[in-house]
Amino acid sequence: MAIQPKKHEMPTQPASVRARNFEEVALGYTEEIAVAEAQRCLNCKNKPCVEGCPVNVAIPDFISKVKTGDFEGAYQVISESSSLPAVCGRVCPQETQCESKCTVGIKFEPVGIGRLERFVADWHNTHFKGELALPKPNGRKVAVVGSGPSGLTCAGDLAKKGYKVTVFEALHLAGGVLVYGIPEFRLPKEIVEKEVETLKKYGVDVETNVVIGKTLTVDELFEDGYEAVFIGSGAGLPRFMGIKGEGLKGVYSANEFLTRANLMKAYQSNSQTPILRAKSVAVVGGGNVAMDAARTALRLGADSVRIIYRRSMEELPARKEEVEHAEEEGVKFDILRNPVEIIGYNNAEDRRDPKNGTVVGVKVIKCELGEPDEKGRRRPVEVEGSEYVIDVDCIIMAIGTSPNPLIKNTTAGLEVNRHGGIIVEESTGKTSKEGVYAGGDAVTGAATVILAMGAGKTAAKAIDTYLSKK
Amino acid sequence: MYKIVSKRVLNPTVTMMDIYAPLVAKNAEAGQFIILRVDKDGERIPLTVAGYDRTAGTVKIIFQIVGGTTMLLNAKKEGEFIEDFVGPLGCAAKTDGIKKVCIVGGGVGCAIALPVAQKFHELGCEVHSIIGFRNKDLLILEEEFKACSDKLTVMTDDGSYGRQGVVTMPLKEAIEAGENYDEVITIGPLIMMKFVVATTKPYGVPTTVSMNPIMIDGTGMCGGCRLTVGGKTKFACVDGPDFDGFEVDFDEAMARSNAYAEFEQRAREKNCNLLKGAN
Repeated sequence: MAIQPKKHEMPTQPASVRARNFEEVALGYTEEIAVAEAQRCLNCKNKPCVEGCPVNVAIPDFISKVKTGDFEGAYQVISESSSLPAVCGRVCPQETQCESKCTVGIKFEPVGIGRLERFVADWHNTHFKGELALPKPNGRKVAVVGSGPSGLTCAGDLAKKGYKVTVFEALHLAGGVLVYGIPEFRLPKEIVEKEVETLKKYGVDVETNVVIGKTLTVDELFEDGYEAVFIGSGAGLPRFMGIKGEGLKGVYSANEFLTRANLMKAYQSNSQTPILRAKSVAVVGGGNVAMDAARTALRLGADSVRIIYRRSMEELPARKEEVEHAEEEGVKFDILRNPVEIIGYNNAEDRRDPKNGTVVGVKVIKCELGEPDEKGRRRPVEVEGSEYVIDVDCIIMAIGTSPNPLIKNTTAGLEVNRHGGIIVEESTGKTSKEGVYAGGDAVTGAATVILAMGAGKTAAKAIDTYLSKK
Repeated sequence: MYKIVSKRVLNPTVTMMDIYAPLVAKNAEAGQFIILRVDKDGERIPLTVAGYDRTAGTVKIIFQIVGGTTMLLNAKKEGEFIEDFVGPLGCAAKTDGIKKVCIVGGGVGCAIALPVAQKFHELGCEVHSIIGFRNKDLLILEEEFKACSDKLTVMTDDGSYGRQGVVTMPLKEAIEAGENYDEVITIGPLIMMKFVVATTKPYGVPTTVSMNPIMIDGTGMCGGCRLTVGGKTKFACVDGPDFDGFEVDFDEAMARSNAYAEFEQRAREKNCNLLKGAN
C-alpha cells in the first residue's frame, strides 16, 4: 500500500474565529484519523524517532497499538516514559525532535507523532475509568522545588517508585510555566490540572504558596527529614533590552503579560486582575513565548499585533506550528528589525495628564544578517540611519530570562555558572551539594517543556540510585 | 487557607489583622512583605509585614482600604479565612553599622515603618520617628511608635493633631540642628518619599526608601515591579523593597503606580456595591 505523502491534517478552529477566543486552537484527531495516521508509520527496524525524543518514548510501539485501535494500550506504552503525555502532545517541538528523525520523513511528511500522542493521551483522559496501580510506599521523603514540567516529572517518577514526594510551589496553583506561561488556547489548564490530580493519586503532596529560598531554605528541607531535593524552579527574571522607555506604562515582560492573562485569568471579564487592552501591540522576540504573547494580545482585542525580530523568518526559534498559527490569525512579522527606543506620551503643559508616561510608539532600526555567531546563527547587523517609528500602545518583551537568585543566595554549597544557572552533572542532574539535584530552566536557562521533563526524569533516576545506596 | 486570628480597626480606612501562617512567621523579618489573595480567582496583592509572632505562628498585616481587593479583605471577619498567603518575600531591612536613625512614615506607610523602628530600638540604636497623617482621624500606631522611639514627632496636614505641616519640615530642622543620622528611612506615599529624599540629599544623609510597586508573583518571575535605580532596571520583589533613595527614579515609579487606576476605580465601585448588597 502506498504511503499517503502528507500528515493527516489537524482539525482546528478557523483562524478568524479562534483569533478572538481563548479556546483551544487544535481540536485533536478523531479515532478514524488517528488510526489512518498511525498506518503511515513503517514500524521500521532502527526506530530513529525514539532517539529524537528527550524522554525516549517507545514511539513505534505506541503507534502499533493505535493501528489496532488499542488506544489504552498505546497510552500505557507512552506513560512508561512520559508523565505528561497530554501536555507533550501539545507543546513539544516535534519537528526538531522525534518527527525530524522519522524514516517516512525522508521522502514525505513525517508521521504525525505529536498529534498521535495527543490523541492517545486525550482518549485515555476521557475514557479510562480503571484504578491506578499504586506503588508500595518505601517511607522515604523527597522534596521537589517547583511544580513545572521538570518538577512534576521528577515527582511522578519518584512517587511511582514508592517515595513520599512533596512538591513546593511558590504560586497559588501548581503547574509552573504550564499554567502561568503557556496560554489556554494552546494548552487548556484543565489538562494540566488533570495531570497534577493524577500525581496526587500516586501520593504526591503539593504545597502551594511556599517559596524555597524565602519561606523555607533547602537546608531546612533536609532538617525536615527530606533525604534528597530536586530543584526545578524555572528560569526566573525576565530580561529587558536596556533601551530608553522600558519603564513606561504599556511595556510588559512576556512573563507578566502572560501571567496576568493565564494564571490570573485577566482575559475573563470578571477577573480581579487588570491587563492593558491595547489596540496596537508589538512583541519583541521570536520564540514560543513571543508567539504566545502575540496571539494572546490578539485575543484580548488588539487590532494590530506585530512580532519584532532581529533575524529572518528562517531563524525564528519558535515551533513551526506556532508561527503558522500566528500568521494565519493575523500576527504581522517585522523581521530584521530591532527596537532602539520606546517612545512615551508626554504632555508638557499638564504634568498630571494621566496619559503621561504611556507608550505611544517604538523606534526600530533595520538589520541585515552578517557572519554566523558561535551557535551558527547569522548575526544581525544594524543598518545605520535606517530607524523609523511604529505607532503602538503596548510593547511586550519576550527576549528570555536570567536565572532567579533566590535559591542560589540561600543555599550554601550550591554552585552556579557565570550566567547564574545551577551547575549539574548532565547524566544525573547532581549538583555540587550533597543530595541536591536540579533540572529544567533553572539549569539550562529558557528551554522547552520536554527538555525540562527529560531533566526531571534523569534526576528522578539518579535520586533513586543515590537513596538506594544510602 | 489562612485564618484571620484577630482583626482590629485602626481608623476608618486602615485595618490590622493577624494571620495564622506559621511558615511565614518563622522566617519573617522587618522590611519584608507577603502576597495574599482574599478568595479564589482573587487578585494577588503585596502587603508589607507589620509584625510577627513566631511562637503563635502569626503574621501581622496593616492595610488601607484603597481598592477592590483591600475592600474584600476588610469585609472578612475574625475567625474567617483568606485563600492564599505567601512569604516572607523581599530582603529584610538593613541595620548594619547604624547607630542613629530617623524613621519617616506617612499615612498607612507608618504601619510598615513601625517594625523597622522597633527593630532598630531592639538593637539599641537611637531612634527618632516622624510620622505624618492628613488629619487626627487617620492617626495610627502613636503609642507603638512612642514605645520604640527616643523622639517622636507627629504631623498632620491640617493641624488637627500634633504639629501642622509635612514630615519634611521637622526632618530638615533636625538635620540642620546637627542631628547626625547615620540613615534616614522613609516609608509612605511615593510623593512623600520623593520629597524626603529631596530634603536629605543636599545634606548627604544616606536615605533608604521602601518601594511598594504593582506586583504579581513577588519572586522575580514577572518583572511588573521593576524600577529604575541608578539608571539600572531593578525588581522591587527580589532586589528590594528597600533602595537607595538618591538613586530611585520617582517620576517613573509614580507614573507606573497608576497604570491601572481606571480598572481599580471600577473594581472598587463594583465591590462596594457588592458589599452593600451583602450587608
